Order: sequence, then structure tokens, then C-alpha cells
Amino acid sequence: MPELRQKLLVLHLHTPDLNSNVVAWAMYDGTGTKRHTTGDSETPPYNSVVEAMRDGWRVIQFPQQFPAYPGMEYHTSYLRFEYVLEKLEEIQ
Amino acid sequence: MIDKKHLLTTEQMANFVADGYLRFDAFIPDEFNKAAHAEMEDGMIVRGRGGTVLNDVWTDDSAVGKVFRLPEVQGIIQSLVGEDPLYDHHAVHIVRPQNEVGQIWHADAIIDLRMHFDIQFFYFSHDTPREMGGTMILPGSHYRRVCETDIARYQNFLGQMPVVCEAGTLLVVHHGMWHCAQPNLTEQTRYMFKLRLNPTVRQRQLWNTEDLDAAPIHGILGRNHRWYGNDVRLEIVNRIKQWRFLIGDDSFDVGYWLSRLENMPEGAQEAA
Repeated sequence: MPELRQKLLVLHLHTPDLNSNVVAWAMYDGTGTKRHTTGDSETPPYNSVVEAMRDGWRVIQFPQQFPAYPGMEYHTSYLRFEYVLEKLEEIQ
Repeated sequence: MIDKKHLLTTEQMANFVADGYLRFDAFIPDEFNKAAHAEMEDGMIVRGRGGTVLNDVWTDDSAVGKVFRLPEVQGIIQSLVGEDPLYDHHAVHIVRPQNEVGQIWHADAIIDLRMHFDIQFFYFSHDTPREMGGTMILPGSHYRRVCETDIARYQNFLGQMPVVCEAGTLLVVHHGMWHCAQPNLTEQTRYMFKLRLNPTVRQRQLWNTEDLDAAPIHGILGRNHRWYGNDVRLEIVNRIKQWRFLIGDDSFDVGYWLSRLENMPEGAQEAA
């Protein structure tokens, strides 16, 4: 049996629509091949979540959507439309 | 009082509100840069106590003291936080050679509810090419309410800006700016001097306001940052509120964004 390890791709979208553009991204590599870090790329690896799905990434988390808390309607904070995707890869 | 020619313009202030920073490339003369660099290498810069009047922290022969007493720098300080700000703290940020991992994204301090704001200077005393870093900032992130390293899971954003610069470059940022030190792949140690200042006066029209009615304020405050996505209109509201605070006019608006929301007529319609 091959040993599998998880790679995670976090994509933040313009809107909740999975076809909308990626505005921020991060990657975490459980295979140990590469350590990704802040500022390590200027362009996103995919233009949308759907484009990543077509390349074999599986969506494992959808962002929940909540109405704004009273008094917080116009405040901004974290990026709201965050999708987590995974791929399983064999390690040597 | 500093000569008006050293104060920021209204247009620069609007850019500070929209982007959260102003950048002054190769701004500090080289003899000051060399002396400040030497002080950072020696680790001998005097540390003040938080809340000390800035002018009382460093003696006349301190190299970094000389940098922040330059009239051009005093003009920036006075425009944003007034004539006699308080020293909050400083830090000499050092990234050793061949450090391949970037610092995690963070904002300094904790969630800050004030409309009043502190400023932070990022001073680069030596040339900083991309392979040396420098500090990465995220323009337009300063009004986001986050607690320090809550944002550490993020890695890259559209529009992120590594400060790649010549010696003597100075950035002044709003206290809420998201930032992180970048890897240093060179054989030289990288230094960046950070200084946080607190206002002691109401931050209202402290800059050179001669262009107050002529500057393209509305276009600047309506600027998008590509990483905002669907939040851009909320960020414009944040800027409108900040600009109202800065100019002392609660009727100011960009487009019709806040006026629409504030329209709550109470009078009864008279019968025909």
C-alpha cells in the first residue's frame, strides 16, 4: 500500500460563488516536499475553486455565512469566502 | 512649528486613508543612513519608555534621533499625529542571511477600536532588493479588525507589496497595517527600524490643507484593492468615516454611500 499524505490549498474568493476569482491563497504541504511561506508567489495557482477542482483538488470546507452581528454591519475583518481543498499524494 | 512646505498635502492624506501607508523612496540622506545602520549593527539604540515625549527619547548625537528630527520627517509626523507625539516603542527588525522562511502575517498590537490612530515608521537604512526581503505590507488592510497574528494562516494576496527599496526609504503606516518580514536569501543581514508614535492632539486638519478643495479626494477614497473582493464598498465606508474625522465634517461622503444610509426622515407628510 502506498503511503499517502495530504496537501492543503486554501483559496479566498471574491464572492461565495465557486467560480469567482481568487483574491488570496495559501498552501500547506504534508508530503514534506515543500515549505510554503508568506509572499512566495505573486499570482494564485488557480483562478477559481472550480478551476482547482478540475485539476483534482477536493473541496473539504465551505465558508459558513452568517448575518452581521448588530453594530458590526460595516466592520471588516478576515477574508470571508475561504475554501479549503485537499489532494492526497504518495510519498516515497 | 515646522515649515508648511514639509507638511503632507491633502492628496497624500487621502492616499494614507485609502491605502494605510505613504512611501518616501531614498528620502533620508546617505550620511544619516550609514550612521543609523551602524547604530543598529551595534545594538546600542536607546529604548524609551512607552508614553515618553518623542523628543525626549534620543539625544542630539543619536543617529536615529537625527533621522526623526529631520524637518522632512517632522513634517510627516506633524501632519499625522501632531507636533509633540509620544514614543510608543521602537524595534530593530533583523533578518539573518539565508533565512528562507517569511514571517507570518500579522497586525501589531490587538484590536483597536479608535478612530484616532497611531503611526508606525518603517525605515530602511540600506538598499533592500527583493532577494533580501524586505517587509511585506498589504495595502488597504489597516481598518480590518484583527488581533495580531489571527491572520497567520494567510500567505499571499493580490496586491501585496514587498518593500523593495533604496537606502534611506521611509514608510509611514497606519497602526492597523498587516505586514510580515520576508525571507532574506542574501549573505547580508537585513535591518529595518520600526518606530510607533501616538498622537497627543486631536487629528483634525494637521497637514497642509491648501489643496483641501482641489485634491481628487473622492477618486482616491473610492480606490479598490484587488484582494478586497466583495468587501470593497465596506472599506469605502471605513474611509469615509476616517475622512470625516480628519476634516471635522460629518456630512462628507464619497458618492452617496453613507448619505443613503443616514437618510431617516421622521416628519409626517402634510395632507394635500
